[in-house]
Amino acid sequence: MEITVTVNGTAHTAEVEPRTLLVQFIRETVGLTGTNIGCDTSSCGACSIHLDGEAVKSCTLLAVQADGSSVTTIEGMASPDGTLHPMQQAFMENHGLQCGYCTPGMVMAATSLLKENPNPTEEDVRIGLEGNLCRCTGYHNIVQAVLAAAQS
Amino acid sequence: MTMTDQPTGILGQRLLRREDPALLTGEARFTADLVVPGALHLAVLRSPYARARIRSVDTSAAAAAPGVTAVFSGADLADTWGAPMPCAWPVTADMKNPAHFPLAIGQANYVGDGVACVLATSAEAARDAIELIDVDYEPLEAVIDLEDALSDRVVIHDEIGTNRSYTWDLKIEESEGAVDAAFAAARYTVKDRYIQQRLIPAAMEPRAVLAVPQPFGGDMTLYSATQVPHILKVMTALTLGIPEHQMRVIAPAVGGGFGSKLNVYAEELLCVALAKRMNVPVRWTETRSEGCQATIHGRGQIQDIELAADENGRLTAVRVRIIGDMGAYLQLVTPGVPLLGAFLYAGVYELPKAYDFSCTSVFTNMTPTDAYRGAGRPEATYAIERAMDSLAAEIGIDPLELRRRNFIPTASYPYEAFTGLVYDSGDHDRAATLAAEMIGYDEIRERQRTQNVPGAAKRLGIGVSTYFEMCGLAPSRVLASLNYGAGGWEAATVRVLPTNKIQVVTGTAPHGQGHETAWSMIVAEKLGVSPDDVDVLHSDTAIAPLGLDTYGSRSLSVGGVAIAMACDKVIDKARQIAAHQLEANPDDLEFAGGQFQVAGSPDRVMPLAAIAFEAFTAHNLPDGLEPNLEAHTTYDPPNFSWPFGTHMCVVEVDTETGQVEVVKYVAVDDCGNQVNPLIVDGQVHGGVVQGLAQALYEEAVYDSDGNLRTSSLAEYLVPAASDVPPITTGHTVTPSPTNQLGVKGVGEAGTIASTPAVINAVVDALSGLGVRDVPMPASPNTVWSVINAAQGGSK
Amino acid sequence: MIPAAFEYVRATSAAEAISLIAEHGDEAKFLAGGHSLVPLMKLRLAQPSVLIDIGRITDLSYVRDAGDHIAIGALTRHMDVETSPVLKEHVPLLAHATGHVGDPQVRHRGTIGGSLAHADPASDLPATTLALGATYVVQGPNGTREIAAGDFYHGYLTSALEPDEMLTEIRVPKMNGAGWSFQKFNRRAQDWAIVGVAAWRRGDESGVGLVNMASTPVLATSVSSALASGASVEDAARLAADEADPQADLNASVEYRRHLAQVLTKRALAAAS
Repeated sequence: MEITVTVNGTAHTAEVEPRTLLVQFIRETVGLTGTNIGCDTSSCGACSIHLDGEAVKSCTLLAVQADGSSVTTIEGMASPDGTLHPMQQAFMENHGLQCGYCTPGMVMAATSLLKENPNPTEEDVRIGLEGNLCRCTGYHNIVQAVLAAAQS
Repeated sequence: MTMTDQPTGILGQRLLRREDPALLTGEARFTADLVVPGALHLAVLRSPYARARIRSVDTSAAAAAPGVTAVFSGADLADTWGAPMPCAWPVTADMKNPAHFPLAIGQANYVGDGVACVLATSAEAARDAIELIDVDYEPLEAVIDLEDALSDRVVIHDEIGTNRSYTWDLKIEESEGAVDAAFAAARYTVKDRYIQQRLIPAAMEPRAVLAVPQPFGGDMTLYSATQVPHILKVMTALTLGIPEHQMRVIAPAVGGGFGSKLNVYAEELLCVALAKRMNVPVRWTETRSEGCQATIHGRGQIQDIELAADENGRLTAVRVRIIGDMGAYLQLVTPGVPLLGAFLYAGVYELPKAYDFSCTSVFTNMTPTDAYRGAGRPEATYAIERAMDSLAAEIGIDPLELRRRNFIPTASYPYEAFTGLVYDSGDHDRAATLAAEMIGYDEIRERQRTQNVPGAAKRLGIGVSTYFEMCGLAPSRVLASLNYGAGGWEAATVRVLPTNKIQVVTGTAPHGQGHETAWSMIVAEKLGVSPDDVDVLHSDTAIAPLGLDTYGSRSLSVGGVAIAMACDKVIDKARQIAAHQLEANPDDLEFAGGQFQVAGSPDRVMPLAAIAFEAFTAHNLPDGLEPNLEAHTTYDPPNFSWPFGTHMCVVEVDTETGQVEVVKYVAVDDCGNQVNPLIVDGQVHGGVVQGLAQALYEEAVYDSDGNLRTSSLAEYLVPAASDVPPITTGHTVTPSPTNQLGVKGVGEAGTIASTPAVINAVVDALSGLGVRDVPMPASPNTVWSVINAAQGGSK
Repeated sequence: MIPAAFEYVRATSAAEAISLIAEHGDEAKFLAGGHSLVPLMKLRLAQPSVLIDIGRITDLSYVRDAGDHIAIGALTRHMDVETSPVLKEHVPLLAHATGHVGDPQVRHRGTIGGSLAHADPASDLPATTLALGATYVVQGPNGTREIAAGDFYHGYLTSALEPDEMLTEIRVPKMNGAGWSFQKFNRRAQDWAIVGVAAWRRGDESGVGLVNMASTPVLATSVSSALASGASVEDAARLAADEADPQADLNASVEYRRHLAQVLTKRALAAAS
């Protein structure tokens, strides 16, 4: 069926199979490959994006469910002039990433977290990121990055 | 963070990573992100049985499905393979290695073993067609238990007639019978069995492969999520009969490896072989559930360890027996993993020549095992560090005190160990003292006296682990003595461009470690330029043709040192040009801050920039000197690298539920001089949590029929931020004397040290209840059962 | 990772949804937030031939004060239940327990009705609404009917819902100042409970719901009876597993589950008292 999804401010209209996952639509139809796929059980959060302003796992939504919605992906976070989003900057300054595969999802989940809780404790951050797995960092610096972003 | 003795300069600064912006903005391209028009999608049908004869495979319905280009069974492709899949580490001359092909021929030997495959115009069509392949299986009894495998009650591979792959011994005695004599004379002995559960590496990026042929030239480009593009190139060429100079392997952005991408996989060979056969690009992306079954597993050992000690608790002999779980087949370095641990079963302790190690490795009907972060060394360190606690309990002294009594004295370094290996440097007491201060060791012991009373709801425990990493693989001659099928050198090229920008070509293959940042810092320090002026090229065999890739914490201590050596060669050549231009004796030139100066004549200087341009124009070079400013080095290290340290962990155990909470974790690591402490700490954090995950969360669980019950990240418990503690890092700095940078490795230290620190803490918390050991993972149910059993219950 | 193909239709009202499911029969399934169903479809453990998307029926997303109870539209998302001021005031146990479902991304999309209708005994909300004495309103071709939570759960993933009915509203009695506690025990925060206990207590009255202790959510009536008869929290909690029939899995043996139910019930009641 034909759907229209606004991705990072641009409307994309395309014919999709109903079984097309939102993450496939973003990666393959729109061609934005920053959103990664890390599992098939909604466990890892690598595919996290913002759907109408809230973090969701784009591998657990059908593209047809997002018809008419507005999506922000990791590509839509930095300013067009290349200035990193404060959360991206905080991840860089706190070495909150190594291989970088979980990072787009982590950044999207973390910005959604701060939107809902602008002054989190360390415990709030750890619990708030319960749906995102990272294998490299041991989370220590990710948590520091999110706390630093909250301060900025 | 606590640190001492780090020299100053660009090296040692917490420079932010140049890799980050691309990764943070989604600009980085992983293999699955690459777009190639016309690529066919590969899907693999995998055996649902742990062991089954394949009577027939009917591919007709799948072949007729929409979008399907071709369907192949294992038998269909049998003629495609020039050789079976490679195992590069025949540890003994008589090692049994059953033929292993990308798709099983005749018999499938684990759940997940490839049986047939589909090529289709879309991933959806390929996936749908997989369900239409009709395989007639004759299920056979599967072998899951290691001791059952050892008995040969059921032999998995008929053609080798036994489940035993090899037995490898390392017996070191001052005189014959020394081990037996030491045990007979010992004041104290302990004998323990530890189980290293199977682990699933679970790098966040699933594996992905894209093979792009050039039909009219015969060239083949293989993009793969691999740690080892160079090894993969050689092995693919050998296995598929493609001339090596026509194979190019590119590892784009790679999302973690931890050893799981140190391999040559069926899907890599399938994509290349089918791309060649069909003359079109072929791609495959692993699903996570597929990855749990078909990417190698780690660990998988039964360890029996015995220690003998004198009246002071000093070790007099160590005896170790290992049963290694190879899984269904030997992958690239599967059989060598236990050997990497064989030299570390005495840890950081003095041991006379009284050591008896033997490992027998067996085939089972489970996913093949192979190197997983630490590879053999975490297993060894776990066994000796748990056994040291056992010995301390036997003697009745504090476990930290027992360790101090046995530490190799600092003054003995470089220290020739009982194995003949020379440990280059160490200062164990200093690291242990710092860790004890940072965690408040004495205070925790004091609190235990008041908290761990009978009936306490929460019991407090502290665990200690002291370790050697033994990394930087490795001197090629040592690898030869272990029958490893390759050397341990690393290659580097440093090229000063005409505009004084610098290209570094490295044979290392980073996948999260930040080599681009670290290598640029080494060059900046050596050549007196800004790190921003240095580009680091890697992971493409056409750009970096020589290299042995990234694993075994080797990249800095071998590859990084090679870069420093290549810089020295560049400086030597630049010196000749500068001397020529300045009309000075080369020996009178001093190089500092990126320029040469005639000693004692501050006005007679020539910056590297000017020299680079002179080298490029070649208008006025010394006679006989080649144009351009570039140098290549291949460095074979004289020794392993020997990072060491002490980790300590404090836990509280809820005695009602068995839940373990890690309340504090301190890691003191000494990896010699640090190029970038930001990156070092990141490696430690990640390693610690990965090791802690083995202690508390993770296990690849099989049922008795050989079905993997933890085949997704919903069942296989990779912990999240909410499930692990913050990590406090500290460092001592004992530079390595074997390389000019004084560096060691750090990639595996956290994983090696943390697992026993955590379990030692759990056992310590429960020791007052009569608990002597807790199996891994120490899940709440397991801990609760252990407490009950110790208290005389039957649960 | 790729679901089997299916046909997709959207309903804009409950009535339309019910007529669509009647039209498409057994092979059709409702899609609410999709966070129970889509993962099963990706692993091809579920292969419905038709999906009826009810996620856009916006008039089923609400939290209303209805006097003695709070009425919650079945398509209210977890995050809206968790943060609802009305629920925080009148049914804080439900708001709190909902904050333990899945992870934030899941709670942004998953719905209370989807979770209850899926009837997974390991899920937090069936046992919580059971403990609270909730009533579910379901709509079918012949109108609406009310089903007490205690009558709703028939077995593992099966409920009193007829194939042509859909859950439209959840009515939860106000707690009127009752003490409460939700004890979720798991190994990772994002996971299903190994065992969970939702409990409230007000004078002699109490309700104790158990998560993952049988093929359905369990109401621990023996505990409440004992408390009503004056038993201590410790003594009453020992009866926690009396109505349970737990299974063993990777994380817990049957014995351990029973033990955990007792320990967590004791802790929940102590906190609620």
